[in-house]
Amino acid sequence: MNMKWLSDWFEKIEPKGKWGWLGSTYEAFHTFAFTPKTVTRSGSHVRDAVDMKRSIIIVVIALIPALLFGMWNIGYQTSMATGADWHWLYMWWFGFLRMLPMIVVSYVVGLFIEFAFAQARGHEVNEGFLATGLLIPMIVPVTTPLWQLALAVAFAVIIGKEVFGGSGMNFLNPALVARAFLFFAYPTHMSGDKVWIAADLWGNDAIAGATPMGELATGMQPSASALDMLIGTIPGSTCETSVIAIALGALLLLFTGIASWRIMLSVFLGGGLMGLLFNAIGYNEYMQLPFYYHFLMGGFAFGAVFMATDPVTAAQTNCGKWIYGLLIGAFAVLLRVCNPAYPEGMMLSILFMNCMAPLIDHCVVAQNIKRRAKRAAVIGKEAHNG
Amino acid sequence: MKNTDLIKLPFSKNNPILVQVLGVCSCLAVTAQLKPAVVMAISVTVVVMLSNLIISLMRNTIPPRIRIIVQLVVVSTLVVLVDQVLKAYMYDVSKQLSVFVGLIITNCIVMGRLEAFAMVQKPWPSLLDGLGNGLGYSVILITLGFVRELFGSGTLWGYPVMEKLGLYSIGYENNGLMIMPPMALILVGLIIWWHRSRNKDLCEQ
Repeated sequence: MNMKWLSDWFEKIEPKGKWGWLGSTYEAFHTFAFTPKTVTRSGSHVRDAVDMKRSIIIVVIALIPALLFGMWNIGYQTSMATGADWHWLYMWWFGFLRMLPMIVVSYVVGLFIEFAFAQARGHEVNEGFLATGLLIPMIVPVTTPLWQLALAVAFAVIIGKEVFGGSGMNFLNPALVARAFLFFAYPTHMSGDKVWIAADLWGNDAIAGATPMGELATGMQPSASALDMLIGTIPGSTCETSVIAIALGALLLLFTGIASWRIMLSVFLGGGLMGLLFNAIGYNEYMQLPFYYHFLMGGFAFGAVFMATDPVTAAQTNCGKWIYGLLIGAFAVLLRVCNPAYPEGMMLSILFMNCMAPLIDHCVVAQNIKRRAKRAAVIGKEAHNG
Repeated sequence: MKNTDLIKLPFSKNNPILVQVLGVCSCLAVTAQLKPAVVMAISVTVVVMLSNLIISLMRNTIPPRIRIIVQLVVVSTLVVLVDQVLKAYMYDVSKQLSVFVGLIITNCIVMGRLEAFAMVQKPWPSLLDGLGNGLGYSVILITLGFVRELFGSGTLWGYPVMEKLGLYSIGYENNGLMIMPPMALILVGLIIWWHRSRNKDLCEQ
């Protein structure tokens, strides 16, 4: 397809003179459409065909299976709860109409703040929000009021990201900051039994329906089977329920190398080991739960694939990634089983390890330097003796 | 330094919380509501003023090697007095403030002003310096108390503002995070951010 007309149009509208202050905004849209033709001339640089905008778009594409399934599941849950006999397409349409305002609010509020900051500081617009803005509505209950969502997005972008200098400087995952804000500020809308199933197309009324983890936290056995959890036909945050849809996204992320396989694998490994440990203790029914249930319930899979692997906030060294992932999985299961006040441990566990990631990297690097210094000393000695 | 500066500077360029970052602990702990914040602000102002005055009067007789212990004795005496007054006349607030009245002894603003100012200045400027710093601390405390009570509990001084405005009936809800100390820290951070963007000379390079 010949896109020259678009390129020409961009050249024509480039802001100059009195409109020059809009440079950041223009630049953001221009590089969104076209890879910049300017390259760094001085020094040596690693060059890659994939830049940040392109890699963020791949994350957004990876989210689409979970998003589409989540929309259908919203309608499915409502039809099951109300006993309405809906066609599967109508279920999806119902979910689409519920999700659309949330996604629009998230993008509008977040991008407005991002553009305002970029203009005020005179630097490029951070494209990271394209993924964050979609992630936020995907990890909250469907009945979250829109004004609360808007507040959470603003909090996440300003406190979670911009105060530290924008994308790449944040040490916490912004989407999880938004969720944590909602969780602590408006707990009645984020947990319990009356938030997961929308009662109708509009408004924030909900039908009672517990998530598997909600049931477990109150000492009951989950009513959904493992297969239901795998497919995702259970109540939960909008798009986190289907492990299969998330796995499709995970495949794309791993195939393109955007997400680290070490982190993804080690999160599951850590969660599984912790689950097995609890199985061995077997003190109560939650502890006796088969370990793989933890992968299927709640936001474990979603967090492992899309949140823990965020390259900005994860550990950077390969060894550090293993430690980081293992501890995320282990802490998530520990919180779930041992603290009934926080039925879902994945969010807090990832945020906690986000804070620890720089420390892990520091220790790994220091250890490496120590090892090499030791080796250098041995070699130096041998050379001296020889 | 001019006497008026002693009162004016702690409000902006030398604010004990925003610039010196002292007294943050109590500022996070007691500001969930306006009333305890105001009482705490008054208590600290009284203590820092009087201890500055007393230490300044005694400054030439205190042996330098035991000055800290002398300062502590003076401060704790004043804090015990304040505590007793609160218990006698404002028992409910005293209960709410609990241990934090006693902890004024360890408030870095009090010790900081004694060490940095009262030990080497005459009584009248010392008194003014104590007043200025106490008020500088009070401004931040009362601002935090105002914001946190208004958005966290929907009340001001116990008066249900948000309910009277009819906001609950249109779907408004109180923000639970505002009542928690972490949010106070974030709010202090935001105020420091605003303050520094207005006073560029305060920013470190």
